[in-house]
Amino acid sequence: MATQHSRSVARLMMAPAVVLLLGWMLVPLTMTLYFSFKKYLPLRGGDLGWVGFDNYVRFVSSSSFWPAVQATLVIVGGVLAITVVLGILLAMLLDQPMWGQGVVRILVIAPFFVMPTVSALVWKNMFMDPINGLLAHLWRFFGAEPVSWLSEASMTSIVMIVSWQWLPFATLILLTAIQSLDSEQLEAAEMDGAPPLKRFYHIILPHLGRAITIVILIQTIFLLSIFAEIFVTTGGAFGTRTLTYLIFQRVLEGQNVGLGSAGGVYAIILANIVAIFLMRIVGKNLDA
Amino acid sequence: MYLKHALRAATALTFVATAAAHAQTITIATVNNGDMIRMQGYTDNFTEATGIEVEWVTLEENVLRQRVTTDITTKGGQFDIMTIGMYETPIWGANGWLVPLDGLSDEYDVGDILPAMSGGLSHEGTLYAAPFYGESSMIMYRTDLMEKAGMEMPDAPTWEFIREAAAAMTDRDADINGICLRGKAGWGEGGAFITAMSNSFGARWFDEDWKPQFDQPEWADTLNFYVGMMNESGPAGYATNGFNENLSLFQQGKCGMWIDATVAASFVTNPTDSTVADSVGFALAPDTGLGKRSNWLWAWALAIPAGTEQADSAKQFIEWATSKDYIDLVAENEGWANVPPGARTSLYENPNYQEVPFAKMTLESILSADPNNPTVKPVPYVGIQFAAIPEFAGIATQVSQEFSAVYAGQQTVEEALAKAQAFTAEEMEAAGY
Amino acid sequence: MSRTVTTQRKSFNTAIAWVIGLLIFFPILWTILTSFKTEAQAIASPPLFLNFDWTLENYAVVQERSDYMRFLWNSVILAGGSTILGVIIAVPAAWAMAFVPSKRTKDILLWMLSTKMLPAVGVLYPIYLLFIRLGLLDSRAGLVVVLMLINLPIIVWMLYTYFREIPGEILEAARMDGATLKEEILYVLTPMAIPGIASTVLLNFILAWNEAFWTLNLTAVNAAPLTAFIASYSSPEGLFFAKLSAASTMAIAPILILGWFSQKQLVRGLTFGAVK
Repeated sequence: MATQHSRSVARLMMAPAVVLLLGWMLVPLTMTLYFSFKKYLPLRGGDLGWVGFDNYVRFVSSSSFWPAVQATLVIVGGVLAITVVLGILLAMLLDQPMWGQGVVRILVIAPFFVMPTVSALVWKNMFMDPINGLLAHLWRFFGAEPVSWLSEASMTSIVMIVSWQWLPFATLILLTAIQSLDSEQLEAAEMDGAPPLKRFYHIILPHLGRAITIVILIQTIFLLSIFAEIFVTTGGAFGTRTLTYLIFQRVLEGQNVGLGSAGGVYAIILANIVAIFLMRIVGKNLDA
Repeated sequence: MYLKHALRAATALTFVATAAAHAQTITIATVNNGDMIRMQGYTDNFTEATGIEVEWVTLEENVLRQRVTTDITTKGGQFDIMTIGMYETPIWGANGWLVPLDGLSDEYDVGDILPAMSGGLSHEGTLYAAPFYGESSMIMYRTDLMEKAGMEMPDAPTWEFIREAAAAMTDRDADINGICLRGKAGWGEGGAFITAMSNSFGARWFDEDWKPQFDQPEWADTLNFYVGMMNESGPAGYATNGFNENLSLFQQGKCGMWIDATVAASFVTNPTDSTVADSVGFALAPDTGLGKRSNWLWAWALAIPAGTEQADSAKQFIEWATSKDYIDLVAENEGWANVPPGARTSLYENPNYQEVPFAKMTLESILSADPNNPTVKPVPYVGIQFAAIPEFAGIATQVSQEFSAVYAGQQTVEEALAKAQAFTAEEMEAAGY
Repeated sequence: MSRTVTTQRKSFNTAIAWVIGLLIFFPILWTILTSFKTEAQAIASPPLFLNFDWTLENYAVVQERSDYMRFLWNSVILAGGSTILGVIIAVPAAWAMAFVPSKRTKDILLWMLSTKMLPAVGVLYPIYLLFIRLGLLDSRAGLVVVLMLINLPIIVWMLYTYFREIPGEILEAARMDGATLKEEILYVLTPMAIPGIASTVLLNFILAWNEAFWTLNLTAVNAAPLTAFIASYSSPEGLFFAKLSAASTMAIAPILILGWFSQKQLVRGLTFGAVK
């Protein structure tokens, strides 16, 4: 359909976005690559010359590397699992007829409007504090010993905080998808006497496939780089040091820009592995 | 009357006009501690006197460090004054990143700054940052609980005594923990405490050849003693307790003893915040008889980054903020207990200040800390709860994270020390020691 | 939607949904409540819910300590500016992808998303140095551009999915009538895509408003938004829950109110093409 002319116009119209993003990708990437082959210690006079792959070797062979990769994957995976599962349930619930649907919907999406820093501060101090936190009060009320969340259950706590922030997003997208579901089809199945679970598996879930993929894709992009939540709560202690956080420690706390940059390159590689993996799935799903 | 008012208003107006004519604005990055917040409230006095406007960038400690370090190392020039500590000052000064604070006016009386403070804020004899307030650490304890336990706190106790007293004061049913100490990860939090404590056990971070010393028995002794004592008498979840958490525990009457920054003394004795204000005693930080006590030395100080175009105005501000007059100003408005402590000798010679209950012990603690000679065995570094080398902050944060994992019961002392040793050795080698 | 259900079932749904909704909202509610307590009441044991003396003292303290309006204004400019700029750049791109698709369209789209995966901390130094060179540190313009670039992929994608749902015949009809490309986009496409554009704008406004790494590290005074305002209230000394709550409430209130009024739009529009 498209003529040669409209093709070139189209290209012209995409150009600004493509060029800008290309610049936004290439400039920092080139600089990161450049630094990653240097011994660059700002507190020791800055650029101390080329060191080949030293930084790369050092970053991977550090005892903190694999645990960091693992922590990253656990957080991303944990949050995805929780938000998708709870998101589907919530979306189905919100789709039901009820009084005050609008208000409930606002209550559910509200956490999405809260800055990550604020939500981390609020959770850490007002809920998870083992002495004055609300959860501690609740535990004591039931006669249990308060949990010191951020040390004893550090990973669970962070996954919980991040899930709370992202659940609204998942719910919203899944809700719009459910609302588009042909209710006649559901009713027909109901009439045929299909049990709720069966209806869920055979009608609802397949219909949500695309929405779930989108939720996973978008959230993964954001979750791979979560920072504020860890910075504010545990500071990377108790096994919550993700790859992003490890890079932060190398660059800013350790003041080793070369090493941190090598870490940055690894993080990009990891992100791309995840991305390719995701896009395989999404790509298939997006065609539909 | 009217005339007088009108006249005053007119003068004020002209004054504003002249000030605006050569409007000069300096930007100050600072930490959100109480004394700094108070200083911001008095900024108008400075602006009125000099015509220099002040913009504040107030940040939480960790964010501040990240922010000012990025700026100074890249010469970003975002700030005219930075609030930094005893750790950063000598390193940055040595790199030539700070404007030397020489040629200060006579009435400023630079010789009045406590030698321990000016020593820690200098590099090769040049002062690079002026202390706004200084601190050491000491024991704060509940006199009533001590009495109830039938014990008496000496002025300079040993760790054995502290452990015994802690056990005696602990009353789990009444929610009273014998002792509260920092366990939170971070070199400036739990890391600072355990390092200062290790000094009194004869441990050190590095030997004379910069070899990490975590494989030595002194470190194991320190950690085992600490963990043992905290398990007997410490609060639940102490692995995440830092200064602030312990402060609120102590203020709520949940601690028998607390060893921490001397500046905390004014908070725990302040009746509006503290439920135990009238029953707090003070003593020097404990030792083990090896000749070093476990108190640290720190100062929050104001420094001028090299390259700022407003170095003169910045210097004027620093002279104002760290002057004797500023102390008088605060004392006049908010009482002597609230003045920034630990920076000036004259403050401790002031009879008004000597009446403040914690003044004497604070001074003694500061005087007993020697950053140039911090450990029992010789070390190549300066600093008590830190080693003033650029790599330290990064290393110590990770090391203290390993220690915190011990406090949380996630690994043993041996495991943590082995990891700390390996990691530190790795980093030091990478840094070229 | 209009399935007939018994009142009983509806009551049951209502009860469950309200309980869950309130549970999810509770942390925010608690923060708002705490902001009206004194510091001592904020840590009272057992916790106080409504039976305390409501006070505005924390808000007064926070306002006195920092100039809230300036931070708020910066947040509005940064979030608004970056979103508008982003939409202006993204609309033509999304139009081209939706109506003149080529084999590579999807690859380009996915590549754009992948630029978001660059870990920000890893490139702090390069970007900081670049900003110094360009004199953009602590400038709103610099941050508007950075925030725009961060969110551009999302904007392009969202618009792309909305445009694709618009039947191509309508555009063709307009073209037959002699509409130029510009007219076609402005008078035919845009009105039809208004709901989609609105929810794109909303989502990106929220994302830009909440961005806390670049906005904190590239600003000092002039361009510092509410994320920097918050960074001064996690106090290391003394009791601070109430003041922190007041500051937090002030930081999230504008966006919460905006979200409140626009939630219908957001709910309807936030599909990313998931509905097909």
